[in-house]
Amino acid sequence: MEIRFILIQNRAGKTRLAKWYMQFDDDEKQKLIEEVHAVVTVRDAKHTNFVEGQARSRDHERNEEPNVLAPLCPARWVWAYPVTDSLSAPQFRNFKIIYRRYAGLYFCICVDVNDNNLAYLEAIHNFVEVLNEYFHNVCELDLVFNFYKVYTVVDEMFLAGEIRETSQTKVLKQLLMLQSLE
Amino acid sequence: MPAVSKGDGMRGLAVFISDIRNCKSKEAEIKRINKELANIRSKFKGDKALDGYSKKKYVCKLLFIFLLGHDIDFGHMEAVNLLSSNKYTEKQIGYLFISVLVNSNSELIRLINNAIKNDLASRNPTFMCLALHCIANVGSREMGEAFAADIPRILVAGDSMDSVKQSAALCLLRLYKASPDLVPMGEWTARVVHLLNDQHMGVVTAAVSLITCLCKKNPDDFKTCISLAVSRLSRIVSSASTDLQDYTYYFVPAPWLSVKLLRLLQCYPPPEDAAVKGRLVECLETVLNKAQEPPKSKKVQHSNAKNAILFETISLIIHYDSEPNLLVRACNQLGQFLQHRETNLRYLALESMCTLASSEFSHEAVKTHIDTVINALKTERDVSVRQRAADLLYAMCDRSNAKQIVSEMLRYLETADYAIREEIVLKVAILAEKYAVDYSWYVDTILNLIRIAGDYVSEEVWYRVLQIVTNRDDVQGYAAKTVFEALQAPACHENMVKVGGYILGEFGNLIAGDPRSSPPVQFSLLHSKFHLCSVATRALLLSTYIKFINLFPETKATIQGVLRAGSQLRNADVELQQRAVEYLTLSSVASTDVLATVLEEMPPFPERESSILAKLKRKKGPGAASALDDGRRDPSSSDINGGVEPTPSTVSTPSPSADLLGLRAAPPPAAPQAPSGAGNLLVDVSSDGPVAQPSLGPTPEEAFLSELEPPAPESPMALLADPAPVADPGPEDIGLPIPEADELLNKFVCKNNGVLFENQLLQIGVKSEFRQNLGRMYLFYGNKTSVQFQNFTPTVVHPGDLQTQLAVQTKRVAAQVDGGAQVQQVLNIECLRDFLMPPLLSVRFRYGGAPQSLTLKLPVTINKFFQPTEMAAQDFFQRWKQLSLPQQEAQKIFKANHPMDAEVTKAKLLGFGSALLDNVDPNPENFVGAGIIQTKALQVGCLLRLEPNAQAQMYRLTLRTSKESVSRHLCELLAQQF
Repeated sequence: MEIRFILIQNRAGKTRLAKWYMQFDDDEKQKLIEEVHAVVTVRDAKHTNFVEGQARSRDHERNEEPNVLAPLCPARWVWAYPVTDSLSAPQFRNFKIIYRRYAGLYFCICVDVNDNNLAYLEAIHNFVEVLNEYFHNVCELDLVFNFYKVYTVVDEMFLAGEIRETSQTKVLKQLLMLQSLE
Repeated sequence: MPAVSKGDGMRGLAVFISDIRNCKSKEAEIKRINKELANIRSKFKGDKALDGYSKKKYVCKLLFIFLLGHDIDFGHMEAVNLLSSNKYTEKQIGYLFISVLVNSNSELIRLINNAIKNDLASRNPTFMCLALHCIANVGSREMGEAFAADIPRILVAGDSMDSVKQSAALCLLRLYKASPDLVPMGEWTARVVHLLNDQHMGVVTAAVSLITCLCKKNPDDFKTCISLAVSRLSRIVSSASTDLQDYTYYFVPAPWLSVKLLRLLQCYPPPEDAAVKGRLVECLETVLNKAQEPPKSKKVQHSNAKNAILFETISLIIHYDSEPNLLVRACNQLGQFLQHRETNLRYLALESMCTLASSEFSHEAVKTHIDTVINALKTERDVSVRQRAADLLYAMCDRSNAKQIVSEMLRYLETADYAIREEIVLKVAILAEKYAVDYSWYVDTILNLIRIAGDYVSEEVWYRVLQIVTNRDDVQGYAAKTVFEALQAPACHENMVKVGGYILGEFGNLIAGDPRSSPPVQFSLLHSKFHLCSVATRALLLSTYIKFINLFPETKATIQGVLRAGSQLRNADVELQQRAVEYLTLSSVASTDVLATVLEEMPPFPERESSILAKLKRKKGPGAASALDDGRRDPSSSDINGGVEPTPSTVSTPSPSADLLGLRAAPPPAAPQAPSGAGNLLVDVSSDGPVAQPSLGPTPEEAFLSELEPPAPESPMALLADPAPVADPGPEDIGLPIPEADELLNKFVCKNNGVLFENQLLQIGVKSEFRQNLGRMYLFYGNKTSVQFQNFTPTVVHPGDLQTQLAVQTKRVAAQVDGGAQVQQVLNIECLRDFLMPPLLSVRFRYGGAPQSLTLKLPVTINKFFQPTEMAAQDFFQRWKQLSLPQQEAQKIFKANHPMDAEVTKAKLLGFGSALLDNVDPNPENFVGAGIIQTKALQVGCLLRLEPNAQAQMYRLTLRTSKESVSRHLCELLAQQF
């Protein structure tokens, strides 16, 4: 069980939240954001809420300055089947996207290919219900203007790529307590 | 519940965000941002010290600007300053900025770590959590070095708040994943396991994740988690839908925690403790039962949460693969989902069933759903669901349904999405080959593939059909006739021309009797395609033509005309030109005999793993579903590669046939002597090998056969041993020994130590010692990959009567073998009575998710229990005479397979176990030995005599023992050693 990233995007592809649990460089992040948007927005209610892609980790020769973020697992996402040299990079890494659409927003969680789809699908819904309660009928603008609070909500519910707390009551109690602090 | 109003707290921030949103163009946005950046910079540089609120506001604005995609090169210091504020809102923004925008400024890291340290020590749970979240979000090595030792303490401290424990557990998980070396295991590990019992379900939820991660590396240290997880799970599963209050989600008690617990259990084999196992099985049954109960809510959230647990339960049942009843129930449940109106459920059911298909307990149950799955392939709107259906059809395929499945997949191919066509082509090709009962069906199927999806038929596929046709003379005539007909189509795919060209060049003579496909007709048909084809195909056709000259002399003039044409002889392509020149010369100067020799039919190809299977595995990667590793689920198909003769070797170990050209391994039936005169042509008539023949492919010199024998598969997957086929689908489920098993066994008849087996994944070493009728053997299993083997289970099996003849006690080994690690297994062996068959060693494990299995013969042969006996010449002769009944003697005369060196022979005989007696045989060249086979029930005296004949390079071996079967068996064993 490991979440690679959580993305909230609107239909136009604007990112409303990006939470990364793995080390990606900026280009990779941008590419992922675009690709997730491309695959998710073409799907409709007859489709599943899951999209499997094949991501391929590449051992970048990183001879840069020692980075504060030791690369956990530099990965490159390739939606199509990898076409080139399987010799130089024999390791394949499989990801999948579990997503759910709420009005104009897509909530996407990227996990390991053998993770439990329905558990994450409902983790998204649980998260959305908490946001809804916290922001009182949440809408896209709430996420824009309170982006720094959304991070707090995320950290209460997901941490280190794992589900941290699932009780809505407990999460909201904690959020309201924090809200009351100066 | 009071809600958060929009942008409360920081008005300036809200105004700025609104401004940005109101910008009509990108330029306007950049202008506004630059203005703001200048403003913030001047505030930060200004003389007036900023208050905490302003600092927070500006840092937050910088963060917003960064999140819009702009670079931020200042403000870090101000953010770090916020960390030491004692106001939550300021601290939170500081930590958020650090988490999102951290850089490698080491000065800053020191300051950040200092602030974190203070917060961790603050005893303020809110601040502690902020600090822990920051570490978990950043997870850098520097932070690991600074805090890895503190966090376990916070985690297990009695006075830590629940929320702090939750964060500490996951923070530790992150550090462990980033730098496992920094996290010391210690007395805290036991206490972490006991967090599974914690009152607070949130703490348990976080702790399970940590334990799941830690136990993968240290399964033994965390073994106690099994029973704790089972009892926790049992309490949840059996609770009523409202018992768990906060943790009940749409009437489902603690769905996420249940899923996590079920996944934790999948790190281990089934519980050994019967009570724990019983309780767990009860849980699994309860989950399956609940799936049948009417839903407590119509909401999709309810059914999703419930089914999340159900699917994870099924995963665990499949992981154990030991409870036939549960496996079949799981299959039935999934069968219901196949027709569910929720696309998600249909998709997941197909996916899960795919793994069920590879368990022999549930393979038959899966097969009953074939019609539904075929229907899914035809009607599902989501391509990923259709793909799953295709995967499942592939996984459930066996001899009984292969024709139906292949024809459905072919039909699907006509409309299949481009993205998955090649994979479908590979699957069809593999199934058609594997389950071909008659090869005409196989040929038809592959030609259909080329017709329907020629562009997606890779080289591997059409190479393979040529290999098979070449190796099976019963299908050659049919193949020739069929390709001839297929080539009649006005537009046929180039791959068809290639296959047709090759087959007619080899076997066109088989249909030449029919005037409708007489040689000139065949030639003009092929040649009518020539000009439309690529260089590679034209090169192949030129080879077909030269073969035609040999097969059909009457076409010689026409073909020479074609070769002589300027368009060939002066072709700009050097390959075509060379072929034209060489073939023309060959046809002109060589006698009919030479031509016949040089252009003889291709010899059979040495058999090895299907190159197509290798390709499919490469495509799928090591994470591929077990569906690719088949074989064991189809008891009726004992030869995996479709029974292509001569030997269905399914393991690519270095054997003679791994020789790239395969020439030496499979010499043509009659190795023709090369007539002088042809040697300077394109054929290399080297002295040591059989005459090479011109291939039909693009490069005659470099790759006579290699064209059709693609180079050894590259990816590690491709070299995997296929699971050995099943001998008898009995409860033991042990495959037949691999083809090399006898050869490997033979190596150990005269020695006790060495490498028993090795492939790309695994090395098995042996050390053994025997005394009297007892033996001890150490097996060393080395994981040669960098990936952990899971469910690693070596078992020793006694086929037939062996159980009454030999007792082998084994110790269990760890179920996980880390990459690069070696595990040792000790076997205690007792010989009860004489035996003929060695015990089998079956090794099964999962590598990268794919099940592997392998069966070898354990190097325990009857001669291991030899006790050497010294005796004088006269004693020897006396006993020799006593054992004079015809059935007591076994004799073999055989050719030497190794150089006849007396010292080596001596060493081998001693290794075999008998004493060597000097001065017994009047001929000093001969060897005489004596010994007693020690078994619990009886002793068998043995005398042996080995007479080498150096001139004839032959040996005569004579064995006399008191037991007929022993004489024969020893004689056979020993004869193979010289």
